Amino acid sequence: MNNNFLLLLPEFIVTGLAFVVLGLDLFLPERRKWVLPIVAVVGLVVALVVSLRYLWGVSDSLYDGVIRVDGYALFFKAFFIALGGVVVLVSVDFVRRNLEHPGEYYGILLFTVVAMMLLAASGELLTAYISLELLSFGLYVLVAYDRYNAKSNEGATKYILLGAFSSALLLFGISQVYGLLGTTRFDEISSALSSADALSPGLILGIALIIAGLGFKVAAVPFHMWAPDAYEGAPIPITAHLAVGSKAAAFALVLRLFAEAFMPIVEQWQILLIGLAVITMLLGNLVALAQRNLKRLLAYSSVGQVGYLLMGVAALAATGSGGIMLHLVAYAVTNMAAFLCLAAIYNITGRDDIAGMAGVARRAPLVGLVFAVSLFSLAGLPIFVGFTSKFYLFNAAAAQGLLWVAGIAIFSSLISLYYYLQVVRQLYIEPAEDAAPIPVPRLTLGVLGALFAGMVGLGVYPAPLMEAVQYASDALF
Amino acid sequence: MIFIPLLGMIAVLLLPRESDELIKRVTLFFTLVPLAVAVALFISYDRSTAGTQYVVNVPWIQAFNIQYHIGIDGLSVTLLLLTALLGPICVIASWRNIEKGIKAYMALFLLLETGMLGFFVALDLFLFYVFFELTLLPMYFLIGIWGGPRREYAAIKFFLYTLFGSVLMLVAMIAVYLNSGALGARTSTEGNALNNLNFQIWVFLGFFIGFAVKVPIFPFHTWLPDAHVEAPTAISVILAGILLKMGTYGLVRINMSMFPQGLDFFCNGLALLGFINIVYGSFCALAQTDFKKLVAYSSIGHMGFVILGLSARNDSGITGAILQMFNHGVISAMLFLLVGVLYDRAHHREINGFGGLGTKMPVYTGITTLAFMASLGLPGLSGFVGEALSLLGAYDKFKMLTILSTIGIVIGAAYFLWTLQRVFLGTLNPKYEEIPEINGREILTLVPLGILTIVLGVWPNFAIDMFRESVTNLIDVLQAI
Repeated sequence: MNNNFLLLLPEFIVTGLAFVVLGLDLFLPERRKWVLPIVAVVGLVVALVVSLRYLWGVSDSLYDGVIRVDGYALFFKAFFIALGGVVVLVSVDFVRRNLEHPGEYYGILLFTVVAMMLLAASGELLTAYISLELLSFGLYVLVAYDRYNAKSNEGATKYILLGAFSSALLLFGISQVYGLLGTTRFDEISSALSSADALSPGLILGIALIIAGLGFKVAAVPFHMWAPDAYEGAPIPITAHLAVGSKAAAFALVLRLFAEAFMPIVEQWQILLIGLAVITMLLGNLVALAQRNLKRLLAYSSVGQVGYLLMGVAALAATGSGGIMLHLVAYAVTNMAAFLCLAAIYNITGRDDIAGMAGVARRAPLVGLVFAVSLFSLAGLPIFVGFTSKFYLFNAAAAQGLLWVAGIAIFSSLISLYYYLQVVRQLYIEPAEDAAPIPVPRLTLGVLGALFAGMVGLGVYPAPLMEAVQYASDALF
Repeated sequence: MIFIPLLGMIAVLLLPRESDELIKRVTLFFTLVPLAVAVALFISYDRSTAGTQYVVNVPWIQAFNIQYHIGIDGLSVTLLLLTALLGPICVIASWRNIEKGIKAYMALFLLLETGMLGFFVALDLFLFYVFFELTLLPMYFLIGIWGGPRREYAAIKFFLYTLFGSVLMLVAMIAVYLNSGALGARTSTEGNALNNLNFQIWVFLGFFIGFAVKVPIFPFHTWLPDAHVEAPTAISVILAGILLKMGTYGLVRINMSMFPQGLDFFCNGLALLGFINIVYGSFCALAQTDFKKLVAYSSIGHMGFVILGLSARNDSGITGAILQMFNHGVISAMLFLLVGVLYDRAHHREINGFGGLGTKMPVYTGITTLAFMASLGLPGLSGFVGEALSLLGAYDKFKMLTILSTIGIVIGAAYFLWTLQRVFLGTLNPKYEEIPEINGREILTLVPLGILTIVLGVWPNFAIDMFRESVTNLIDVLQAI
């Protein structure tokens, strides 16, 4: 076999890094454990540099197309490595205060990063499934990490049960497709579908099951029920990782799957996805209105955002995939900022409900500012990246003739503004019960500053990001 | 020039929180600079041509053909001057009123000014929308933090209402982009899909509702009284003086210039809505006992004249409407400042709670009388010219409506004179034996506005000259369909 394993160098680096972190944890005394996140971040930076340096412009595959290394995979690799790094940075303070065995935490986190990278690079269904399972298993453990917290255990149990169930659905769907088409490779599925005269019921069932299984993973309606409980129970950095990383990874798979494998039968699944998108965005935003816990509110708002992304998938075309990728990046930056602010506040006050945010802007000005900005960006207000990415996404959808769906999406944004404003109101307008200033570690402030610069900078000047997205989506088609 | 207040905001944010005086002075400086630039632009503007001048057109987001495209024409330069003028006036008005969080207040105010200045010069739809939204954020905080007792309710109502309108605008904007491939506000409407009547009707409606909330046009006006009553004085001034004009400016710039067929279809409805604004607004004002709410409703009434004039689509109608925009900005700024003066002293705004203040505050009474007279349309003062021209223009097209609209003028006189009587004339209310007279700082904010009111009353050409050519151009576009 003439496989060039050097193409997988980033994955090898991150996997090795995970083992190194796990191993170091065994040998380090308690007081030196702060080294672990530093090792993790440094390793991730190395992996990022290596992947950008050596894989730029490469378009190749391993094992005869099972693993793809192209612009699309590279974009997501870089994205996930960066995301993993940010999650590590978000976790530093949280883990130090609340969790035991930090080495295992960071190690498993790194494994999930590897899983995400492979998910974006997979060229056929079983590789995708295995990567997805690796990601899910890692997340199951991480969600349950706060062992002595009942909510964490409950959320994790729900997540594990539903996750296993959805993986079974997914596998069943994959086996159906394999049984009827004889292949699991995306490009071969595509040619089999375009040469098929009609879809057999079994094939429709298989594809529907795959959509259902993936729908669970991204928490689309009506597969979203696990999300609020899992988000509420998980430690805040892991909630962030769930909300951003696992969703983005699942969408990376969804994009490649639908753009390559299922494209020939687009008329069949487009209407299904449109329906899912509409109910997801409406339900997610409407139920969020009733929430009192900030983590649950952010969970439902994520469900709403998934609705917009699904609309983008339904409108998939050469221009459409760019919108989804741009929105994923914007969504990632914004949500990370929001969760980091929440973590910073929770670490000192122990409150994660909306009323607990009262007067925070006075007690921790930068945190309040970045939190408000991230919420406004999620609502889609201009000059922030949320608006730019939504504009791109809605335009792409409208260009495919789905202007009415874009209209519904825009109205959902309006609804979402109301509940985001409730939080902003607490931050800025309500007086604080306890006016003591909240000490925020400098690392957190630094990361917040960087994320803030990202939100505003990308909103005002998105050109570099858009070029990267264009490069990635070119590779997809 | 647009971004000078933004620089000011950054400067203010860097100053330490406690140095109130320094913050105020820095803010004042950063609002005076745009004023100087605006005056220079006003003077150097070439009045004999209709096109845009001082254009900057830089590609911004290539993927969508979005440009950073700004420039001024007759209409913009007038409103730009108004904005730049009200900036320092509001800063001076806030000098003593704001107790806490001066730094945040001034920073947000400067951000607001950036948004407003940018809005009036934007020539690309995307940029236009961005600046439009940019003004919402600071307003929410300015009303919500420094406002009156029901400020949170008023702030959220304002934000959601206006955002609802602008969301519709966004949908319309996407539709325009899809059909014409570009977002330049001066896109020619000939020879492409924008000419389709059906398309124009829907897109016109989308943009219209967005602007109608801002103006505000009945029935989208219910946010205005709450927002005005709860906002601090200087913010009310900006709200009435500038933000309302953003709605009407949008109507002219987009609905009329870009969608003339849509306008043709809707012009009767538009005139009717203008009429309702005038009469309904005036009647509501008559019923008010809160001074600020009275002025708020009178603003709704006056904007009705603008709408009526615009719906006439002829020379005097549109000229009157634009002139009324500028004049109302000046006059209502004066009115809100005056209400603020009284509120600062008495801490309430009940009209019936005052009486005979003329004996104790003669200067204040004089200035208030001037403002009231201008607002109700006394000839010789600027309010008359705008209203008269709008009515003259509208009479051409909508005789009955115009005649009925004059009821609004009569009611306007009624509530203003009645208020004058209740507050300033009659026996002195013993509570206000010791009420202090209007002081120098407050007079400083009012004098420039007063002078403008008188000057434009006797020499309206001073302003009309600026946009005469643009109006002619606009009418050509409207009649070309």
